[in-house]
Amino acid sequence: MISRRVFLKNSAVAMFGAGVAPAWLSRALYAVDAPSPRKKILVTIFQRGAVDGLNVVAPFGEKRYYDLRPTIAVPKPDGTPDSAIDLDGFFGLHPSLGPLQEIFTAGHLAIVEAVGSPDPTRSHFDAQDYMESGTPGRKATADGWLNRALPPVRGRVSPVRAVAAGAALPRALRGRNESIAVDNLDSFQIRDARSSTAFESMYASTIDTVLNGAGRETFDAVKILQSIQKRPYAPSPGAAYTRTRFGTSMEQIARLIKADVGLEVAFADVGGWDTHVNEVGAKASAGQLPNLLADFGKNLAAFYRDLGDRMADVVVVTMSEFGRTAKENGNRGTDHGHANIMFVLGGAVRGGKVYGDWPGLDEEQLYEGRDLNLTTDFRDVLGELVTAHLGNRDLNHVFPGYSNPRFLGLIG
Amino acid sequence: MSKRLFRTVGIAVLAAIAPVAPAKSSKPKRQPEERQFQIKLSKSEQIQHALDRLTFGPRPGDFEKLRRMGVKKWVDQQLHPERIAENPALETKLAPLASLRMTQEEAVRHYPPPQLIAAVATGRQPPPDDPVARLAVERLVRKYRARKGATGNAAQTTDDLEPVKRLDEVLTAEQLQILARGAPDQKRALLASLPDSTLDDVLAALPRARRQELFNFAPVDTRRKILLMNAPQAVINYDLSDAKLYRAIYSNRQLEELLVDFWYNHFNVFLDKGADRFLTPSYERDAIRPYVLGRFRNMLEATAKSPAMLFYLDNWQSVGANAAVNARRASRGRRGLNENYARELMELHTLGVDGGYTQKDVTEVARCFTGWTIKAPRQGGGFEYNDRMHDKGEKIVLGVRIPAGGGIEDGEKVLDILAHHPSTARFISKELAQRFVADNPPATLIDRMAQRFIATDGDLREVMRAMLTSREFWSRGAYHAKVKTPFEMVVSAIRALNADVDEAFPLAQRIAQLGEPLYRKLEPTGYKSNNAEWVNSAALLARMNFGLALAQNRIVGVRVDASRLNGDPAQIAREILFRDVSPQTITALEKALEQQQAKQKQPLSPALVAGLVIGSPDFQRR
Repeated sequence: MISRRVFLKNSAVAMFGAGVAPAWLSRALYAVDAPSPRKKILVTIFQRGAVDGLNVVAPFGEKRYYDLRPTIAVPKPDGTPDSAIDLDGFFGLHPSLGPLQEIFTAGHLAIVEAVGSPDPTRSHFDAQDYMESGTPGRKATADGWLNRALPPVRGRVSPVRAVAAGAALPRALRGRNESIAVDNLDSFQIRDARSSTAFESMYASTIDTVLNGAGRETFDAVKILQSIQKRPYAPSPGAAYTRTRFGTSMEQIARLIKADVGLEVAFADVGGWDTHVNEVGAKASAGQLPNLLADFGKNLAAFYRDLGDRMADVVVVTMSEFGRTAKENGNRGTDHGHANIMFVLGGAVRGGKVYGDWPGLDEEQLYEGRDLNLTTDFRDVLGELVTAHLGNRDLNHVFPGYSNPRFLGLIG
Repeated sequence: MSKRLFRTVGIAVLAAIAPVAPAKSSKPKRQPEERQFQIKLSKSEQIQHALDRLTFGPRPGDFEKLRRMGVKKWVDQQLHPERIAENPALETKLAPLASLRMTQEEAVRHYPPPQLIAAVATGRQPPPDDPVARLAVERLVRKYRARKGATGNAAQTTDDLEPVKRLDEVLTAEQLQILARGAPDQKRALLASLPDSTLDDVLAALPRARRQELFNFAPVDTRRKILLMNAPQAVINYDLSDAKLYRAIYSNRQLEELLVDFWYNHFNVFLDKGADRFLTPSYERDAIRPYVLGRFRNMLEATAKSPAMLFYLDNWQSVGANAAVNARRASRGRRGLNENYARELMELHTLGVDGGYTQKDVTEVARCFTGWTIKAPRQGGGFEYNDRMHDKGEKIVLGVRIPAGGGIEDGEKVLDILAHHPSTARFISKELAQRFVADNPPATLIDRMAQRFIATDGDLREVMRAMLTSREFWSRGAYHAKVKTPFEMVVSAIRALNADVDEAFPLAQRIAQLGEPLYRKLEPTGYKSNNAEWVNSAALLARMNFGLALAQNRIVGVRVDASRLNGDPAQIAREILFRDVSPQTITALEKALEQQQAKQKQPLSPALVAGLVIGSPDFQRR
């Protein structure tokens, strides 16, 4: 495994170079060889509805991109707020993702292009299911990859080691290891203590196995979270979450991480990406997709700032069920497509780079003549994070039937 | 931190995925699932099961009613809702909810979205006829004009315009005092005592926040006025959610209401998507409700031609590449195909994702539906077929040739092909069985229902009858096999406690907290009906807290008379569950209550026990 020292050296260079080195870095440098009692944490974000990756990270260096999307393409970088933010001379970040630029430059954000699930389905439902079960094409899988990704432990485990932000437990987190859904940290309790005890014992003793399991997990977690509820939360200076559901989710995950209660994996989702119509407004920074991206970018950046030096332990990865058609449709939108992009963000990430082979957008290069082709399996990305970051080497268990993942070298 | 907290509970969650046999002992040795569906229920279990599955939960007296009538006869009656006299109490509750009865044009005019306020302000649109709505809209129009006419700082205070009449012109000093600092009862009495015209002036003169404050003290009519003044469009959502809850709680046609919930979810549209904010009420009323026990093909066509669905899945904008409308446009201004509806039509509405269609079929079906559009969607217009948007070329759908030169009949042929496809019969049967029988219904049952679907040309009453007369439905494998959805859970609690609801919206907000915001599932999949979807920590805590709040009368608009519940915890539990509570649950409950009483020396409150029972594991199943 790669040592903390390497990460800190790499990132120190990158960050001082960019002139955004936060105060935590110097503190962390001194602590290089101190063993960290803190666990590594993987935060996964699911963009439900299939985000249009080709307009999130635009291949502005390819002329075909503009031919295929005469009215909705992100304009070439020209320094204005309505043009792409140049990343490497070929790819450009959507202008509404401005807050992510400095994280990319600091070397803590990596982008993977032409990545996704090899299954050909264009059904939201099936594709999400496959990506969350981690077994494309196989519907019978009962549990989720993120649940299986939890490293095996002996002895005590925290009841809040696997948390989904929201009112439902997503498919990705269901399974043998305990996992909970937390909609709101502050109201995660029974209103009066007397009733709490009564409920706890009813759920602990019921023979209804479904409710018994969930009930036990709930009350174990309630006790842990009580300590957090006593302290009002103030994000670190400069960390400005928005008041959207996604903003609240990211803030709560940050709060859990900083409270040191044993979190190892977290999940948040954000919907609304199914942009069949009027994906972009009158200018590149206005309209449906730009609005969603603005909120998305602001909250990822807020999370990064909020965690400060804790980002050394954290990797955030984003995914969406499939990409969208390379060509815009008849309504200034895009239909269901194939390959997409993923973001990988964290202190230990070898960022500042766009990963993955670019398959091109010429007709014969497109998947079924219409969608971006796939050159990286999403399990290559997740597999590397599970192994190199979480330290779980049993990938056969996490992604059954996917025996030869090809790591990109995202974690360094 | 104590050791206990970190104990592993490994086995627990596996069970959250697998369907659970109604266990008799804690031994994990399960009988094969299929066998459970062969084991018969006792007479009284059958009554319980009928009330659990074919209603939104038993009310006091229902059990006896079914026993007298006989389960078979009762089921048959539920399959013919038109033969059941409706509950007059329900009609009283629904009467004030005016938007339910409006056409979509009327709805958009009465409860205008911001762009229509602008249209009224500039004289392009008349104000509503209804006096309350007119007052509210005129107020917004004045605000709009003030904003447009204002320069600089004046634009900041748009809500607090100079009112037509000042508060002290319409109220006495004493009344003003009550309005500002009175006790809740005083405020309630004051609002009830004011003549209509004075009340309108008072509401109009109050700033938004203070008006909203009065909401909880106001009688139903006044609440609507407050809502109208604050945000007219919100009235539609309010009426829609209220009506759904009132019907579920009070209707005598319970199975029909369950089916409306099922089919709306099957043909889901999302209330918050643009024009669907005012198209949804007529969608449910005209495209879903009339067909839930009718022919599937008719419901399919009603949804395909409904402006709500055309808007939600974007088909109204889909244009054939070579359609007439494109002929004279420059290439940048051309519109083209949108596959959204075509795909979901096959995947979610008819064949199912494994029903045997390809990407090519999706594109061909989309071409067939070009021209199925909406006339003036933002003004509440209805379905329109526009031949100039239609793709006139030949199409091949699932191997069937649809010749070139067709018009609206291209789409209608597709509906015929899909409605009569064996995959559709199977897919619909399976979904119904998953909702009404068990998460993994036996294949034999699905086959029988699908055969009935095909034999009766998709007569949904007959498909339901096939299910409701099956051995599998009345079996151990089905009994209590389903976890209630949040909507079912909340409504069943209201019914079990015989609570009086004169304001349903707070309940809708609770249901949203439990994870199922009504009419607000963004994705076309609708909500899943499997148990794993609804069992998680956030939702369980919310259910328990709801139980306590309900029984202790802490939910606005809902009144529970817990004093009618008496006796020991086991008796109270029996009055709410209409059966014996499980020995494990009652032992745990009694022990916990005893310990508390020992500490607190207070008599046990029936409301507390009722709240605990509503939140108990036993109450979460149906």
